[in-house]
Amino acid sequence: MGFFLETLLGGLMVGMLYSLVALGFVLIFKASGVFNFAQGAMVLFAALAMARFAEWIPQWTGIQSLLFANLSAFVLAGALMFVLAWLIERLVLRHLVNQEGATLLMATLGITYFIDGLGQTIFGSNVYKLDIGMPKEPVMAFENVFQGGILINKEDLIAAAIAAALVALLSLFFQKTSTGRALRAVADDHQAAQSIGIPLDRIWFIVWCVAGVAALVAGMIWGSKLGVQFSLTTLALRALPVVILGGLTSVPGAIIGGLIIGVGEKLSEVYLGPYVGGGIEIWFAYVLALVFLLFRPQGLFGEKIIDRV
Amino acid sequence: MTKKIGGVILDVNNISLSFGGVKALTDISFNVREHEIRAIIGPNGAGKSSMLNCINGVYQPQQGTIAFRGKTFKHMNSHEVAVMGVARTFQNLALFKGMSVLDNLMTGRNLKIKSGILMQALRLGPAEREEIRHREFVEHIIDFLEIQAYRKTPVGQLPYGLQKRVDLGRALAMEPQLLLLDEPMAGMNVEEKQDMCRFVLDVNDEFGTTVVLIEHDMGVVMDISDRVVVLDYGKKIGDGAPDEVRNNPEVIKAYLGTGH
Repeated sequence: MGFFLETLLGGLMVGMLYSLVALGFVLIFKASGVFNFAQGAMVLFAALAMARFAEWIPQWTGIQSLLFANLSAFVLAGALMFVLAWLIERLVLRHLVNQEGATLLMATLGITYFIDGLGQTIFGSNVYKLDIGMPKEPVMAFENVFQGGILINKEDLIAAAIAAALVALLSLFFQKTSTGRALRAVADDHQAAQSIGIPLDRIWFIVWCVAGVAALVAGMIWGSKLGVQFSLTTLALRALPVVILGGLTSVPGAIIGGLIIGVGEKLSEVYLGPYVGGGIEIWFAYVLALVFLLFRPQGLFGEKIIDRV
Repeated sequence: MTKKIGGVILDVNNISLSFGGVKALTDISFNVREHEIRAIIGPNGAGKSSMLNCINGVYQPQQGTIAFRGKTFKHMNSHEVAVMGVARTFQNLALFKGMSVLDNLMTGRNLKIKSGILMQALRLGPAEREEIRHREFVEHIIDFLEIQAYRKTPVGQLPYGLQKRVDLGRALAMEPQLLLLDEPMAGMNVEEKQDMCRFVLDVNDEFGTTVVLIEHDMGVVMDISDRVVVLDYGKKIGDGAPDEVRNNPEVIKAYLGTGH
């Protein structure tokens, strides 16, 4: 029982992190109808910026405080993501208003390679350590409930809490503010949104900023766990099945999707792995996504597409 | 019914628009006076929607100018036109389908919302009060259009006639000075058409909103408009009061064809 719970919890933690990356996809898709292929690259870029700034700031200022270094690195990296968002809107998206979805997708593919290259040019391409002061030691829980208790990683717990807070904040923003309403309006119909005076350029800038911050938080947590390295971009590929599962337009969907995939991966690896020789974790998510595409193409929480004939 | 018709609010001068080799509009001029209902009619493909899209800033005409309240503009996008106080509805509904009726109408208030994102996110007092004020205005429109029962329904699930009403409501939420209606009665049954006529007349009467409306059904238009422009093959063939236009031989020819 303890072992099962441990596996389950481990899956939930990983899932929470998938959710964070998936959230970036959903945000941009919701607000602009663009499937942003560059989300993974943005995660890497943000994590690189964060790691390097945290390293450089004590050298520049001479202040040897971890908290100060991390805080200012976070702010600086966040500001950099805002600049990036502004540039993307200004140089790419503005010229593609009212274009086909495929055109916009290709544009984000281009942006992906550009950001990948840019990040590594500015910040270097080694593996960097990112220490944001998260406790690494595990804790025992439920020792009095059953024998042996279960082992929980404190770092994972904190990460999950941060992710959950971010998600709650974003849901509020989308559902309860008039800017959130304008964002949803733009996602539904560019032309109509413009005709009632919603400024597309501003909306797009805002949403890319928010996606940038989501990428920064995801990059920070993953980076602190695994080190900041190029393989972070492949995280984005892991988040694709999450998005398909949860539905491209749903913030809660991204969360639940991430948790299902995280847990599914771990449980199947542990309990089914031995029968097929292991390695399930690598392809489990994709197969699950495929099954979903067959039976529920709009995902768990996506908006059903109704066509009036 | 007597109403005060004011001075010229919209002045369209020698507009020509073509798509490649196709001439959609040739040298069109007309004006719209404040508080009037001005109709643009014509057979299918006459260039009515193109004309509306020029006024709305969706198309940029190759020649000619459009002046709104004395301000001339040539290259403007729909957002800038919206800021000037022009609202429109769409021929093929362009509502935000996944959102509720209420949210759709609230988006119409977007330009009026002054509080910043941060204020809204934190639900600070002034932002909250502003939101409530806008909500009250929108409720007024909901009452006016008699769609109280559908407030929370996603627009995509409503029948066509009601969606048309929501489209009108969203435009009204902008408190426009000039309202452009692109075939507001297209595809409706007789009863729905009568409702829509009543709403358009009431809007004009109650809020004093100037209305430019496009329609190809002559019957409806003649009853509610003050003056009518008739287009055919991108050219203006008639302009004047409904009765005047009705008896114009060119207009009769365009609609009924020539006798042989």
